[in-house]
Amino acid sequence: MSRLNDANIKLAREIIARYPRPKSALIPLLHLSQEQNGYITREAMQHLGELVGVTSAEVYGTASFYEMFKFEPVGKYLINICGTMSCALMGAHELMHHAEKKLGIKAGGTTPDGVFTLAHAECQAACTEAPTLQVNYRYRLRVTPDDLDRLIDNLRDGKLNDEFPPHGVLSKVRQSIDASRAVGAKAPEDVNEAPAWLDGKAAL
Amino acid sequence: MSKTYVHAPGFVAGDRPKIVTSRFEFADSFTLERYLATDGYKGLRAALSRPANEIHEDVKSATVLGRGGAGFPAGTKWGLTPQQVWPRYLVVNGDESEPGTYKDRLLMERDPHQLIEGCLIACYAAGLSQCFLYIRGEMALAQERVATALNEAYAAGYVGKNILGSKFSVDIILHWGAGAYVVGEETALIESLEGNRGMPRLKPPFFPAANGLYGQPTIVNNVETLANLPWLLTHGVAAYTAIGTKTSPGTRMVAVSGHVKRPGVYEIINGTTTFRDLLYGEEFCGGIRNGNALKAFVPGGGSAPWFTPDQLDLPFEASQVGPAGSMLGSGAVMVMDETTDIPAAALTLTHFYAHESCGKCTPCREGGTWLERILRRVVNGEGTDADLQQLLEVGAMICPGAFPHAANEKLGLSAVPFPYKMTTICFVGPSAYAPVHSALTLFRSEFEARVKKRVTIPVTVVANETANVGASA
Ligand SMILES: Cc1cc2nc3c(=O)[nH]c(=O)nc-3n(C[C@H](O)[C@H](O)[C@H](O)COP(=O)(O)O)c2cc1C
Ligand code: SF4
Ligand code: FES
Repeated sequence: MSRLNDANIKLAREIIARYPRPKSALIPLLHLSQEQNGYITREAMQHLGELVGVTSAEVYGTASFYEMFKFEPVGKYLINICGTMSCALMGAHELMHHAEKKLGIKAGGTTPDGVFTLAHAECQAACTEAPTLQVNYRYRLRVTPDDLDRLIDNLRDGKLNDEFPPHGVLSKVRQSIDASRAVGAKAPEDVNEAPAWLDGKAAL
Repeated sequence: MSKTYVHAPGFVAGDRPKIVTSRFEFADSFTLERYLATDGYKGLRAALSRPANEIHEDVKSATVLGRGGAGFPAGTKWGLTPQQVWPRYLVVNGDESEPGTYKDRLLMERDPHQLIEGCLIACYAAGLSQCFLYIRGEMALAQERVATALNEAYAAGYVGKNILGSKFSVDIILHWGAGAYVVGEETALIESLEGNRGMPRLKPPFFPAANGLYGQPTIVNNVETLANLPWLLTHGVAAYTAIGTKTSPGTRMVAVSGHVKRPGVYEIINGTTTFRDLLYGEEFCGGIRNGNALKAFVPGGGSAPWFTPDQLDLPFEASQVGPAGSMLGSGAVMVMDETTDIPAAALTLTHFYAHESCGKCTPCREGGTWLERILRRVVNGEGTDADLQQLLEVGAMICPGAFPHAANEKLGLSAVPFPYKMTTICFVGPSAYAPVHSALTLFRSEFEARVKKRVTIPVTVVANETANVGASA
C-alpha cells in the first residue's frame, strides 16, 4: 500500500492547488509520501505522477536528484553526522568512528533491528556548534562521544519519541490556508495585468 | 514574559545595534504575540501607507545588499524586471547550505514573522503577486516555525487576501527542498520549485529577474536580505544608513566556526568591523582556542579563497576584500589554528563541492572528482610531486587564468584579486578548486612534506571518512 491514503490525497490536492503549475508540488508530495511509507516506492511515484500530471519516470527523475528521498527502507532513526570543514575541525571523524562502534555498523548501514541508519552528511548549517548531527533532520549540537551514547540509548528506549518522530516526518506543523483568506494561485498565462496595488497610491 | 537572555544555539549576545537579531533574546521570539509586542508588522503598515514605488525607492537608497553570497543590492535587482510583464514572483532563498554558513536557519527558527513581514514588503514594493518561501529540506524545526507563523499571520490578516484590509493581496507559500546544495543557486532553486531536478540554468538568458519561475520575472532574495526590510521600513532609510558605511550599510550576520574560543553567530556592523575584531574581540570570539596561533581562515563560506593572519585587518567590505583576493560571500568565517592539517582541511571542502556537483558541466563533474581523488591521495600520503602540479592543471581547466589568492608577506606573494574566470555554468566547479588552490599556494610545504613521506611513513588517514558518502548520495 504505497499510494497516498485518502487523508493524504486530500492534503495533496490542497498543496497542488497552491501552485500556478501542479508539478511544482512534486517535492512536497514526495515528502508526504515518504512520511506515509518511510521511503519512496514505485507505486508511490506512479500515484504522484497521476496527481500532478507527469509520468512516473519524471517523478523518479526529480526524486532521484535529492538526497533526502530514499528508495529503500531506512532505519526508524536516520543519524546524519556532519563531516564538512567546521565539524571536521572539531572532531567529526572521531564522532563518526565512535558511532560506528557503538551501533556496530559502518556509515551507510542500518542496524539489523531496523532502528538506526548511520550516514555521513554535509554541512548542516550549525557550524558554530560543531560537531553536529541530526536525527531525522533534528539537531544535536556540540556532540561528545558520551552525548552520542546517551542519545542512542534513549532513542532505543523510546525516551525521545516526542522530540524525534520516525524517519519521513519532517515538519510536525503544516501550512494551512483558509479559503476565505487565500488569494489563490493562477497559471501565469491567466494573469495579464499589474497587481491592484501598483496604482501609484498608498494601499492603506 | 521577562526579557531574560536565552542562549540560542550559535547566538552570542552583545551590545551592538541589532537589525535582524533584536528578538533573539526572548525565549518566545518566534510567536506572533512577541512579534507584535516588539514593533512587529509596523514596517508593513508603514509601507502600505505609501505608494509601492516609494517603498522600492527606499530600499534602493538604503542600499540593502544581498546577503546570499553575491552582495547585489536588493533594490537594484527589483528594478531589473521587464516593464509590464505579469505576473512576477518572489522566491525566498532559505536553502542555506554553503559550508560554514549559519544565519538564515536562525532567522527562520527564531524570528519567522520578521521574515514574513520582509517578504510582504518586497512583494508590495516590487509588484510581486505570489511568494514562495523555499526552506532547506533538512531543517525540520525551521519548517515548523515558519509554518506556524504563516498560519498565525494568515489568520490575523497579515498575509493573503486584502492584507490589513487594504488592496494589497499576496499569498506566501511554504515550500521545502529535499537535500541538494546546488539548489541554493537561484536558477537551480527555480528549477526545483518547478518540480524538476535542481540543475542551474544558463545565464543568459535565464536571469531570474527577467526569465525565472515559469518563465516569468522572478526576484530571488536571501532570507537575511528580506529580514532587514521590516526594520528599514519601521526606522527609515536614514537610521539604516547611519549604521555601517556608505557602500556597506547596516549590519550583517556572520557565523564564526572552527578554532576560536567562542564560536557563534554575530550580527556585526557592516563595512567597519574587521576580521581581527571578530576573531579576537572580547565581545565576539575572544581569540583562538587555547591561546594557539591563527594559521588561516576562510572569510566567506567554503567557496571563498583563504586568508592568513596577514589579512586580519580587512573590514567586512566587499570593495576591499575582493582586491585582497577573496569574497565575503555568505557571512561564514571558518578558523584554523596552528594544529590544523591544511591538506586534510582543504579536502573536506573539495569533497563537498565534488559531491554536490549536479553533473551538468564537464569541468565541474569530472574536474571536481579528479581534484578530490588526487587530493585524497596526497592527504593519505600516497601522492607524488606530479600530483601537486596535476591539481593546478585540473583547476586551470575549471578556472582558466590566474586564480584569486591573498597576499602573503612571508612567501613574497602579492594578491590576485577576485573574481576568477570559469568554464562552468555555476560556482560549484570553481568552489571545488578554491580550497585546493588556496591551500597549495599558501601552505605548499605541507603538501610537499606529505608527498615525500609516502614511501617510508604510513600516514594515518585523517579525512578518508568523508569518502564514504554512499549512504547519503
Ligand atoms: C552553488 C550556489 C549555492 C548558493 N546557495 C545559496 C543559499 O543557500 N542561499 C542563498 O540565499 N543564496 C545562495 N546562493 C546565491 C543565490 O544564487 C542568489 O544569488 C541569492 O539567493 C540572491 O539573494 P540575495 O540577492 O538576497 O543575496 C548560491 C549560489 C550558488 C552559485
Ligand atoms: S558548475 Fe557544477 S553544479 Fe554548477 S551547473 Fe555546472 S556541473 Fe552543475
Ligand atoms: S560544517 Fe558541520 S554544520 Fe556546517
